[in-house]
Amino acid sequence: MVLAKYIGRKLAWTLVVLVVALMLNFLLPRLIPGNPVDAIVGQIAAGGGTGGEQLEQIHEHFMQEFGLDKPLWQQFLIYIGNLLHGDFGTSFGQYPASVSHLIGQALPWSIAIQLPAIIVGWVVGNMLGALAAFKGGWVDRGAFVGSLFFSSVPPFALAIILLFVVAVQMGILPVGGAYSFGMTPELSVTFFGDAVTYFWLPFWSLVLVFIGGQAVGMRSMAVYELGSDYVNYNRGLGVRDAMTVRYIFRNAMLPQFTGLGLSIAALITGGLIIELVFSYPGLGTLLFNAIGQNDYPVIQAITLLITLAVLIANFTVDVLTGFIDPRIRAAQSGER
Amino acid sequence: MSLRGLPPRFWVSAALVGFIVLAAVIGPFIVQTDPNATVGGLYDRPRCCGAMLLGTDNEGQSVLANLVYGTRTSLIVGLLAGAIATVIGLLVGLVGGYRGGWIDDVLTAITNVGLAIPAIVVIILVSVSLPKRNIYTLALVIGLTAWFWVARAVRAQSSSVRTREHIDVARLSGAGFWSILARDVLPYLLSYVVMAFVLQVSGAILFESTLSMLGLGPGNATSLGTMLYWAIAWGSVRTGAWWAFVPPTLMLTLIVFALLLLQSSLNEVFNPRLRRGRAARKKAVTPGAPSEAPLVVGEPEPVGAVGMLETPTSTGREQR
Repeated sequence: MVLAKYIGRKLAWTLVVLVVALMLNFLLPRLIPGNPVDAIVGQIAAGGGTGGEQLEQIHEHFMQEFGLDKPLWQQFLIYIGNLLHGDFGTSFGQYPASVSHLIGQALPWSIAIQLPAIIVGWVVGNMLGALAAFKGGWVDRGAFVGSLFFSSVPPFALAIILLFVVAVQMGILPVGGAYSFGMTPELSVTFFGDAVTYFWLPFWSLVLVFIGGQAVGMRSMAVYELGSDYVNYNRGLGVRDAMTVRYIFRNAMLPQFTGLGLSIAALITGGLIIELVFSYPGLGTLLFNAIGQNDYPVIQAITLLITLAVLIANFTVDVLTGFIDPRIRAAQSGER
Repeated sequence: MSLRGLPPRFWVSAALVGFIVLAAVIGPFIVQTDPNATVGGLYDRPRCCGAMLLGTDNEGQSVLANLVYGTRTSLIVGLLAGAIATVIGLLVGLVGGYRGGWIDDVLTAITNVGLAIPAIVVIILVSVSLPKRNIYTLALVIGLTAWFWVARAVRAQSSSVRTREHIDVARLSGAGFWSILARDVLPYLLSYVVMAFVLQVSGAILFESTLSMLGLGPGNATSLGTMLYWAIAWGSVRTGAWWAFVPPTLMLTLIVFALLLLQSSLNEVFNPRLRRGRAARKKAVTPGAPSEAPLVVGEPEPVGAVGMLETPTSTGREQR
């Protein structure tokens, strides 16, 4: 019962944040002075190759799509209504492609890198951190200094260096893109085998940085737990080490788990920039191109997706924390 | 606090930060080359000496000159944004935590919503909408989206200070609201604020380079991020022109690493309890646990300490 209440509260909270995020997403681009559609059509015209009649058509289309002749609150409702239909609008840059189509092409690539990286990085990082804390000595020193270094390197910096050393200098892995020229994405072993070679470098860039951050955090949590009263008490009682270690692990795990929710935004951002470095055809590259073309609908859709991903991740972490941590089930504190 | 008591890590990080600041402040006068002047061809190899020490970039400009000016830009953006974020966070946290009541509720709600929405999203949306981007608007935008962490941590501390007796004494002696905040509450948080500022600066520098790489960098200045943007856009990595992208990459890494190290050593300096706890812990743990071998630079414990201060920025990464 308490748990249900807890989850309900988290859900309500997530929805409030979502509404605020939607309003920001809607309002901020509309702060651009002047009518955005005029500016865009002006740009398309300046690019040449489009006739006057066609321009007028594009102008009409966008005015109608955004309802720019209506008051702001109606525009917002139109925006929400369209989103509910999964309609993100039409791309300015690649007119008349729909934004949903562009996103649909890019999203799987981003997920393919980020999801495994987050899971692998979290598991391996925590194991490494715990191991370093328990073993001590040289294992600890090596693991710690290494982790500290990797956790403070900007992800894209690591990506650039990896790309240069492994792909360009040593020529072991392909330099960029997601699959070889002439291949088409399909569900076959050949394609998969080909795509994996392109997948490794962006994956490792993200995973190494994440392992570093997690290991540093887990190590200090575990070291901190090692000095706590219950460990001393256990030792005094002569409890087996393995059992104490289990207690320590459970206690140190929890902050690490909530930390995952906190660091997810940074991780997603880092992953998007890494895609740029490798010209991996995911959301990061799409965002980069959209920014270059002032393609507001695409930019807005991607920022919305990032927000959604972060909110969903945080909500999931909150709910799972509720199941894992008995203290949350016991206490009903409203603090996040 | 005597200078001798400072951990070696502090001196190493201080030296690194000093070196970076020197490169940014004095560097331009030593290099004496306009970063926008064309001094060679496309990706000329580095050669001795002077402006060509690091070769040229895609526009034939001196990479060395761009590097020192870029470091300067990145530091300016970082310091400005860090200052803005720290000041706003400090004010919101102090007022909310000390006042309590509905003001606190409102400020806490704003802080929590701000924490839940990824800062990068807001920054991208605002930067895209800005008609003109320069380093000051960039710093402002980054600062305005980064203060939430500071506000939350400061609030937690100031609301605990609020119930202490010396506050009652100050109130009885007729001290005003702001005077109590500044003279009786703030001193308890000052060490935290300094550390938060250092973290904010490193976070802001990373944010700036991230934005620049997306093509949202300052329009009128070279930064380390814009250098990387051009290096990647012109395929310097692919063609093996390492001098175009290795210097800014290393410089960024160095800046972030130095600032994180500085923060962790400051934490130890400001928080003597941590030091004693550490010594006690070392005795208490199993023989296998953290050894008592001589300290290596950049060694243990920096991060957990911040974690205890309730800073979610413990690894400096979550900020972004």
